[in-house]
Amino acid sequence: MDVLNVEYMIGLVPVLLRYLPLTLQLAGIGMVLALILACLFAVIRVLRIPVLNQLTIVFISFFRGTPLLVQLFLFYYGLPQLVSALTVIDGVTATIMGLTMHFSAYMAESIRAAIVGVDRSQTEAALSIGMTNGQMMRRIVLPQATRVALPTLMNYFIDMIKATSLAFTLGVTELMGATQKEAAGSFLYFEAFIVAAIMYWIVVELLSKLQNHLEIRLNKAYSR
Amino acid sequence: MIKLDSLSKHFGSTVVLDGIDLTIDKGEIVVIIGPSGTGKSTLLRCINFLEQPTAGTMTVGDLTVDVKKASRAEILSMRRRTAFVFQNYALFANKTALQNIAERLLVVDKWPKEKAYRRAREILDQIGLGEKADAFPASMSGGQQQRVGIGRAMAAGAEVILFDEPTSSLDPEWVEEVLGLMKQLASERQTMMVVTHEMSFARDVADRVIFIDGGRIVEQGPPSEIFYNPQDPRTKDFLKKILATNPV
Repeated sequence: MDVLNVEYMIGLVPVLLRYLPLTLQLAGIGMVLALILACLFAVIRVLRIPVLNQLTIVFISFFRGTPLLVQLFLFYYGLPQLVSALTVIDGVTATIMGLTMHFSAYMAESIRAAIVGVDRSQTEAALSIGMTNGQMMRRIVLPQATRVALPTLMNYFIDMIKATSLAFTLGVTELMGATQKEAAGSFLYFEAFIVAAIMYWIVVELLSKLQNHLEIRLNKAYSR
Repeated sequence: MIKLDSLSKHFGSTVVLDGIDLTIDKGEIVVIIGPSGTGKSTLLRCINFLEQPTAGTMTVGDLTVDVKKASRAEILSMRRRTAFVFQNYALFANKTALQNIAERLLVVDKWPKEKAYRRAREILDQIGLGEKADAFPASMSGGQQQRVGIGRAMAAGAEVILFDEPTSSLDPEWVEEVLGLMKQLASERQTMMVVTHEMSFARDVADRVIFIDGGRIVEQGPPSEIFYNPQDPRTKDFLKKILATNPV
């Protein structure tokens, strides 16, 4: 077995670090948009808003039922074929669109379950003092549901960070794309990908720390 | 003033309230008694529109609504005039004692933050929980939680406070502190409708006791009449049973 080329690995770190911001940007924007969309879907599902509820069910079913890679190819290669104006969609945009829709479908179901799980006495108390449904959702239900949904949502965020690596199939040079190029040039595949893997791992570990911190904060109200 | 005309509530084919006619004057303390499942709690919930009544009209203050045709705005307005104290306290779990009381003022009445919290602090002091301002419900005793629940109702400045068995979920040691606060409110002539099995409270504090059975008002009058000289056999039977375990 050949010995690992440690010098190459160390030299690769600053090179790959330049592409990490794009990876984080894809995941960060994707997560914010997915969260907004998921909250919207969850509220539509909980309140069973006619028509929108049925459309949401189909949306969730499709985006949970098909592979993310297929969805990315549909956005990047498929849509411009149907609508020529959409040829302006670049790889980054298509990735963000794909991540947003794919993960919003999963997150909507987690948020919906967390909303439904909020004790009925909480909603009755909110209504009894004269809050509107919107005020009740914003002030009482969603903050309580967030606490329940947080661990699952953070798992999806972690999953999303890793899923950004699929962007390289659309020609986006993010962390994975850059690693692929470096490895192809040096033929040191193991070294290159182990550096990339460690970078993903560190980012996810930092996020896990943030999750612990948030959980402690949100659980403050519930400790005796 | 509260006026109910032929107020009814059906759950499917089950008639829970069967044409309730009732007028309550400003400052009056009314205690509602009756066997379990006879519609006492449903009556309070209908007044607060937590349940939509099936038929009848309802007047609270200067607002009269035909309950069947009540618009969304009328329902909100009715809720804002009638504060509710729940059996299980139902404090907002994600908010401190102070925030629980201030919530209505901030969100519903749109008071400026400073004014709302100042008023909430006054109420907390009034209910003897000034030192618990930053405590969350999970860290408070049942009695303290229910006092905050009453404080939340007081903040509403409502025409009437509806108490739905406010001491039923409490350990015996906390019952007195909650009843004490209710007596204090009664002495300030806050209009109150109280569903309770605390017969001594009914006797000592109520201006009027109403006995409900089968969704109808069977008998009503001052506590001295209802407790010591009931006329209807159903009232007599109920009182005999309940006074055996809960003497006045």
